Amino acid sequence: MIFFVLRRSIFGILLLLIISAFTFWIFSALPSDPAALTCGKNCRPEVIEANRERLGYDKPLIEQYGSYMKGIFTGRTYGEEGAAVHCPAPSLGYSYDRHECVTSLIASTLPVTASIALGAFVLWMAIGVGLGTLAALKRGKWQDRVATAFSVIGVSLPTFFLGLIFIMVFVIWTGILPFPRYVGLTDNPFEWFMALILPWLVLAIISAATYVRMTRNGILEVMNEEFVRLGLAKGLPRRRLIVRYVLRAALVPIVTIAGLDFAFLLGGALVTESIFNMPGLGKLTLAAVVNSDLPILVATTMVAAVFIVVANTVVDILYGYLDPRVRVK
Amino acid sequence: MTLLSVQDLHVTFGTADGAVRAVQGVSFDVEPGETVAIVGESGSGKSVTANSLLRLNFGADVRIDGRILLEGRDILAMDETQIRSVRGREVAMIFQDPLTALNPFYTVGHQIAEAFAIHHPGTPKRELRKIALESLNKVGIPEPSKRIDQYPHEFSGGMRQRIVIAIALVNSPKLLIADEPTTALDVTVQAQILELIAQMQAEHGSAVILITHDLGVVAEITERVMVMYAGRVVESASVADTFLTPTHPYTRGLLKSVKSLDAGRHERLESIPGIPPSLINLPSGCPFHPRCAYAESLGGRCETETPALHLVGSSRSACHLPDERLLGLLGGGV
Repeated sequence: MIFFVLRRSIFGILLLLIISAFTFWIFSALPSDPAALTCGKNCRPEVIEANRERLGYDKPLIEQYGSYMKGIFTGRTYGEEGAAVHCPAPSLGYSYDRHECVTSLIASTLPVTASIALGAFVLWMAIGVGLGTLAALKRGKWQDRVATAFSVIGVSLPTFFLGLIFIMVFVIWTGILPFPRYVGLTDNPFEWFMALILPWLVLAIISAATYVRMTRNGILEVMNEEFVRLGLAKGLPRRRLIVRYVLRAALVPIVTIAGLDFAFLLGGALVTESIFNMPGLGKLTLAAVVNSDLPILVATTMVAAVFIVVANTVVDILYGYLDPRVRVK
Repeated sequence: MTLLSVQDLHVTFGTADGAVRAVQGVSFDVEPGETVAIVGESGSGKSVTANSLLRLNFGADVRIDGRILLEGRDILAMDETQIRSVRGREVAMIFQDPLTALNPFYTVGHQIAEAFAIHHPGTPKRELRKIALESLNKVGIPEPSKRIDQYPHEFSGGMRQRIVIAIALVNSPKLLIADEPTTALDVTVQAQILELIAQMQAEHGSAVILITHDLGVVAEITERVMVMYAGRVVESASVADTFLTPTHPYTRGLLKSVKSLDAGRHERLESIPGIPPSLINLPSGCPFHPRCAYAESLGGRCETETPALHLVGSSRSACHLPDERLLGLLGGGV
């Protein structure tokens, strides 16, 4: 087991190295000139060239990548003399557009995204697995039809549309909720909660739709398994049979997919964050795209990649724990 | 007292294509300690009959009519709690495919112990483990103390079937229903499993209902045979009578389609023409008449009138042919 975790971790780190190099290369290959972005629109060419030299953009790409990677571990000083800015380790670059260290930008936006992702995840798993189970147990009855209808609607609604509808209904028409404005959890838990309800709901409904279907089909499939019939033939009470035999087996694949979906969400919910004006990773990324703020783009891509790689490893370990058939000895 | 008495059992499944009449008017008795075989092709209703005995038609849109009396108590009239105390304790089951019959998420020891614990709540853990260990030992699993903590996928097919048998017998049931217990196994393992079932039966004094399509298996361990076709019992007889003087054209066809060792070198295997009927759209009269070589000789009777089981010699047969022709089926040609 330890060996397995170790091997997966080493593999994960290698993968991240490759992803980082690739991302770095892609963004340097873009037609926009990072040096030109350092000073406004009416910049004189001499200043651009001076900045290029000052920031190291004149050096070979491999050297730039080297200093970037070094900065992650040791911190890095950008510029010289009076204009120098120091970003402590782990430094993921410096945004000339925002005049801020990228690391601190990410540090301030990540909690927002994490709040959104975590709440949405809990909600969507509860709705998805709950409704899916209900639909499977009441197959063909009205509960099943309602759940199926929910899942079809949820799958086909775009996030921005549902988000706007919710704002219209809950904020503008009825005024049940205030317009979402993010407040830190530690600053005011109640306002934090109120602000997040809508983004949570929107994300949860849209993601849950898929989970309703997956859970329903998974359960119905497992119910036809011979071992469930043997469980029944043993004299197991129905409830225990459903929980320990059917759900246990049906949820294994769902847990693994859920882990990856959650990690994906942690990388930033671009549309949801934008609609509800949540200052999270997704909004940061979107703004960086608009402003061609390359250091931020490289960093947010890397952060998202880290989440996915870590989630993949965790899911693999978890899978082995959940399913004895793939357990490594 | 008769252990199990099935009276006029009808099982109908509702499907999108219409009602599937899987079992129609099946009646039979099983005495304590007796071994009865139910033989038939796929779709003859034998497995459905077996599942109905414990009401295991889980989740399906099913209608079961008739009476299934276990020592006089009607299984079909029992509530959930009552039927649960019958399942696994008084009547246990062995399934066809041991590769899928065990829960892949729990150790075999856990699954055996669970079968006991359900009906003996409050049994201490240590006691349960001891029982599981003994069961594994009894069904011939080598190194049971090591194997008890392993998962089903770590066992071979034959070993898994032994574990399924251990689960079935852990409560010493009065009746064991074995639904094609050897079909999914290697030929070499089949004999071992049959032997184990016979040996366990002797030890626990259980009656056995053996569901199979394999006449070789029937000859090996059973005393009485019921042949099913399209949801009905067409012949019911002792093993000797079934093999020596079959009294139904379908049984004759089954026997003729098996190669026997003493057959002449150039003797050709016969086959039954046609295919088993659809259970949604059954033929009128005798369900076997479209495939029966004798139907024509009786005029139109087979197409209009469903034959009832009646005594022919020492067997019971559901065929319109006169007794003397039925008793001479094997000898004479068509």
